Amino acid sequence: MKVIRSMVLVSVDEDSLQHGAQEVFHAFLDEIDRFGLSDEIAVTTILDAGLQGDTPLVIVYPDAAVYGPVRVEDVHLIVEEHLFKGNIVPALLAMMHEMAPDISWMRGRRGAMPVQKRVVLQRAGMVNPESIEDYILYDGFQALGKALTQMTPTQVIAEVDKSGLQGRGGAGFPTGRKWSFVASTPGDPKYVICNADESEPGTFKDRTILEGDPFSILEAMIIAGYAINAHEGYIYIRGEYPLAYRRIENAIRQAEEWGLLGDHIFGTDFHFHIHPHAGAGAYICGEETALIESLEGKRGMPRPRPPYPTTYGLFGKPTVVNNVETLANIGPILLNGAVWYRELGSPKSTGTKVYTILGNVNFKGLIEVPMGITLREVIDIYGKGMKDDKKLKLVQTGGSSGTIAPASLQDTPLDFDSFRKAGVSLGSGALLVCDEDTCVVDLAKKILQFFRDECCGKCTPCRIGTLRLYEIVSQISEGKGSPGDLELISNISKAMSEVSNCGLGQTASTALIDILNYFREEIEAHILEHICPAGVCPLSEFSPAATPVP
Amino acid sequence: MEQDVSELDLPSVVEKAIEEHGATRDAIIPILNEINRIFGYVPIAALPEIRRHIQIPEEGVFLADSHLYSAASFYQMFSLKPLGRHIIRFCESAPCHVIGARRVLQTLQEYTGVKPGETSEDKKWSLLLTSCLGVCSVGPVFLVDEDIYGEVSPERVPEILGRYQ
Repeated sequence: MKVIRSMVLVSVDEDSLQHGAQEVFHAFLDEIDRFGLSDEIAVTTILDAGLQGDTPLVIVYPDAAVYGPVRVEDVHLIVEEHLFKGNIVPALLAMMHEMAPDISWMRGRRGAMPVQKRVVLQRAGMVNPESIEDYILYDGFQALGKALTQMTPTQVIAEVDKSGLQGRGGAGFPTGRKWSFVASTPGDPKYVICNADESEPGTFKDRTILEGDPFSILEAMIIAGYAINAHEGYIYIRGEYPLAYRRIENAIRQAEEWGLLGDHIFGTDFHFHIHPHAGAGAYICGEETALIESLEGKRGMPRPRPPYPTTYGLFGKPTVVNNVETLANIGPILLNGAVWYRELGSPKSTGTKVYTILGNVNFKGLIEVPMGITLREVIDIYGKGMKDDKKLKLVQTGGSSGTIAPASLQDTPLDFDSFRKAGVSLGSGALLVCDEDTCVVDLAKKILQFFRDECCGKCTPCRIGTLRLYEIVSQISEGKGSPGDLELISNISKAMSEVSNCGLGQTASTALIDILNYFREEIEAHILEHICPAGVCPLSEFSPAATPVP
Repeated sequence: MEQDVSELDLPSVVEKAIEEHGATRDAIIPILNEINRIFGYVPIAALPEIRRHIQIPEEGVFLADSHLYSAASFYQMFSLKPLGRHIIRFCESAPCHVIGARRVLQTLQEYTGVKPGETSEDKKWSLLLTSCLGVCSVGPVFLVDEDIYGEVSPERVPEILGRYQ
């Protein structure tokens, strides 16, 4: 059996063709043949490489190295050094820091390793995201066809339920159960909303899916609509993602032209329409009831719950709200079956999970791996180790609202269940790796500043709590803290997590409390000795950071 | 981009936006988005114009100006006052922060002479802080207008900003 270990993509958009893409493509075929690598390296073309100016571009997977502009005479070197010997050729890389937003979906695959199990990201970066033909070629719309022509809505829900799929937005609620709630709730019309308001700092999995594989989201939304008997869907895309919006808009247009969206989908009586909707910059709108309020043209302030959107959602109607990554699992589940899906991941957390690795590691980027991998594996294998060989201090998991895992927890498997037991949240899948030079007070200050700015102001504990916590931690970072501060922090945090209206207030102090538990001594050093052990905080003349080096 | 907004006719811009997005409740944010994009901010005078067009008869509710104001004043991407010719949006989220964003922000402030949230006197720069832009794999990151710059260092700031007139 042939095992393709590497893939070479040559851009053949008009600009690239003008600059000799055709010749470059053939030169690759010839050179790869000359090195006897034809059986293990695939060469293919892509239309849209997303970067103007440096054409033609050549992308080599799994490293996601982007070369450009590539001339025929460069091909020999790339084949010999990169494909044959395995060394990226830095001199020929495209100027990535002058990155167009379009290129980020490819950057999302940097550091990608063959052992990854790609379900959700199977197509992102591999197909032209603006071509429905490409999508169809890669199994696109097969799951929808199967659902509409061979399954009843009840069977669709049963299959999703059996797969054990849990929502990937952060809370991990079983998707099948959510769908069956809405299906069995009386009300007409019903709505499907795709929550693409990905705002958790350090998270860009949804962006990668929307930009790299937009059709998969449409397909899943139509399936969801069929399952719950809805005929209208909204995709709420955060305003900061203009490219994702354009890709979705384009995907909707093409799907409508092909009769895969709109009336009589697949020749059946089922009809479904999707409206793209751009947000305008508000973290809180990722909370589903705030998102619905915003969709209705109001301030994005969360509603009290219950009633949940499953009974009282958009315009007061039963509504399914699913995260982008959750939806991206639907097609593969229906196509390959729930049994196949359950075999991925761990028994209580099925499937794969997309993580973003960030911070002080050698390779930052996006990975998709089965549930149950450990932090140590993520850092060593995918992150390619700590940057500058520094020591790992902590990992913040799940974005700003996530927990802090100290280095001692790095062998805990990453799945919903194990994490819950260890008191760690998986959240959005962001893994912010911090080395020994990180100051926990400075980190906490940054996180609290974020929540202070993003708090919607509706409920008192959150509005006042986020501000007070920020003020206290700022004081500590300036060496003006007092011994009573730690107890005050605990009390405020407890009140916020217990009585805030929504997840923002309930989780705003999560990281701070963890820091207090695991790194108490470091905070006390700031307060009692006016020292920032990591040398980051601007506190006083006694700080090592401020001491002149002799 | 360099269009003289004073020559634009507000009512006709509003009308066009409503034509495109519809006169329904769920079109309010997209309409405000459109106006913000065209004028660079949302002029207060636009709100009654929008209100005149959008009604929700099925609920017996007619929109109030205050409703539109509450929406327009909530979202980060809407500005209720005119901004500078070029808008720098700097990502100050934790993932960029731990890999050196703070020094970049300092340099930006020194170069433009304004603090976050301010517009320079010559109306050339507005420096705004933004939450995560979702390109953390190449942080630190900032946007100038629509152009995104990744892996920025303090040393690169003058060269990047020097491109803008």
